[in-house]
Amino acid sequence: MNYQFDWDLVLHGEYAEWIVDGLIVTLKISAISIVLSMLLGTIIAVFRMTKVKPLVWFSAAFTEFFRNTPLLVQIFFWYFGSSTILPKFVNQWLAHHDFEFAAGTIALTVYTAAFIAEEIRSGIFSIPKTQLEASRAVGLSFTQAYVYVILPQAFRIIIPPLISQSLNLIKNSSLVMTIGVADLTYMARQIESYTFHGFEAFTVATVIYLCISLLVSLIITQYNKHFLRKIVY
Amino acid sequence: MAVIEVRNLNKWYGDFHVLQNIDETVEKGEVLVICGPSGSGKSTFIRCINRLEEFQKGSVHFCGKDIHARDVDVNSLRAEIGIVFQQFNLYPHLTVLKNVILAPTKVRKTPKGEAEDLALMLLERVGIQNQAHKYPAELSGGQQQRVAIARALAMRPQVMLFDEPTSALDPEMINEVLNVMKDLAREGMTMLCVTHEMGFAREVADRVIFMDGGQKIEEAPPHEFFSNPKSERTQLFLKEIL
Repeated sequence: MNYQFDWDLVLHGEYAEWIVDGLIVTLKISAISIVLSMLLGTIIAVFRMTKVKPLVWFSAAFTEFFRNTPLLVQIFFWYFGSSTILPKFVNQWLAHHDFEFAAGTIALTVYTAAFIAEEIRSGIFSIPKTQLEASRAVGLSFTQAYVYVILPQAFRIIIPPLISQSLNLIKNSSLVMTIGVADLTYMARQIESYTFHGFEAFTVATVIYLCISLLVSLIITQYNKHFLRKIVY
Repeated sequence: MAVIEVRNLNKWYGDFHVLQNIDETVEKGEVLVICGPSGSGKSTFIRCINRLEEFQKGSVHFCGKDIHARDVDVNSLRAEIGIVFQQFNLYPHLTVLKNVILAPTKVRKTPKGEAEDLALMLLERVGIQNQAHKYPAELSGGQQQRVAIARALAMRPQVMLFDEPTSALDPEMINEVLNVMKDLAREGMTMLCVTHEMGFAREVADRVIFMDGGQKIEEAPPHEFFSNPKSERTQLFLKEIL
C-alpha cells in the first residue's frame, strides 16, 4: 500500500473551507428541522389525544406512514415527486430558491416528527389524568390545558428520548447529500472526488458529527440537570 | 333564583345506573353536605354540575341556564363553578402563586399584577401566604389542599364544589382545611360538599343529604338529620361512621 496520508490537505486551505461550509449547512438544516419537528410532533401528538376522530386518524396515519418508510425514499419523494403535485407558481418560486434545502428540511422534519410525536404521546400518558381534569375544571380550554399544564410536564419527562431523536436527526441529515444539499457529508465526498483523499475527508467528517452529537447531548443534559426542576406528584 | 337546579338527573355507566332520579335545588348562600357510602354516586353527582361527568337524562340549571344549552360554553360555565378534589391536583411544575393565577390570567384574561394581588390575598385567607413561591411538593397535604381551595376561589366562582376534600389527608391536617371551608360557608359562599366530616356538617350545613345506591335517600337540616334520621339505611350509616 502506498497511500500517502495528507491531513493538511483537509485541515487547511480551500478544502478546509469546504468542510466548514458543509458543517454550516449541516448545522443549519439540523437546527431548523429539529425545531420544526418538535413543533409538528407536538401538534401530531396532541391531535391523537383529542376526541375528534378525523384528527386522531390523521395523527395515527401520519406516525405509522412516516415511521415505517425509509427516510431516503421520503427524501427522494419530496425532491423528485413533490413538483408533480405542487401548483406551478410554487414550483417556480422553489426553483429560484434553495429547493434542495427545502425538500431536505421537509423530509427530515416530517420523518423525525413522527418519532417525536410518539415520544410526546408516551410523555402525556405518564401524567396523571387528574391534571387534565383539574385544568379543565377551572375553565381552561383543551388547548390551554395542554399548553400550560400537560405539555410542560410531559416534556420534562421525555427529555432523554428527545435528545436521542435530535441526535438521530443530525446523523440522518447526512442523507440529504443525495439530493444535492451541500452538507458536511456532501463536501467530504467532493473532497474525495477532487483529491482521492477519502480517508482524511471522511475521518474529519466523522469526528465533526461525533463532536456535534456529544455537544448537543451534553448541553441538554446539563440544562436538564441544573435548570429544570424534577416533578414530584 | 336558585343557583343550581337539578331535575330528574340520571346517569348510567353501561348497565350500572349510578344516579337515579336526583332532584335538588340549591339557593344562593346555601351549604349542602352530601354523604353516603362509597359508590353511592355522591362524587358523580357533584361532578355532573360542572360537566366533568356527562349524564344521559334530566337537566342541570346553573343560575337559570341549562348547562347543556347550545349557547353555554363549558369553559365559562366551569369558570363560575369552583371544585376542590380529594387528591388536590395542583400543577406540580408551577409554584403555589402560579397555580393560583393560571386560570385567572388565561381564562379571565386578568392582568398578571392584579391576579397576583388577588392570589396573595386568597393565600393569606387560607393561611399560607408565606409559601407562595414554593412548589406543591414542598408543602404538606393540608397546605396543598388549602392552595387548591385558593386556586378555585381565584376565579371568583358563584358555587364551590368539594369532592371529599379531607379524605386524603392525615388526621392532624383535616382541621386546617375544614376551618377554611367553615370560614367560606360563614362568608356566604354557596357550597356543595361531599364529605364524611359530620362535625363540619353539624356546624355549617344548611341541609345534609344522604345518598346510597345512586339515590337520594334522605335530606334534612343537620340537627334533624343527626338526631332523627328517618330511613333505616341512614340510621345504619350514621351508626357506622359516628
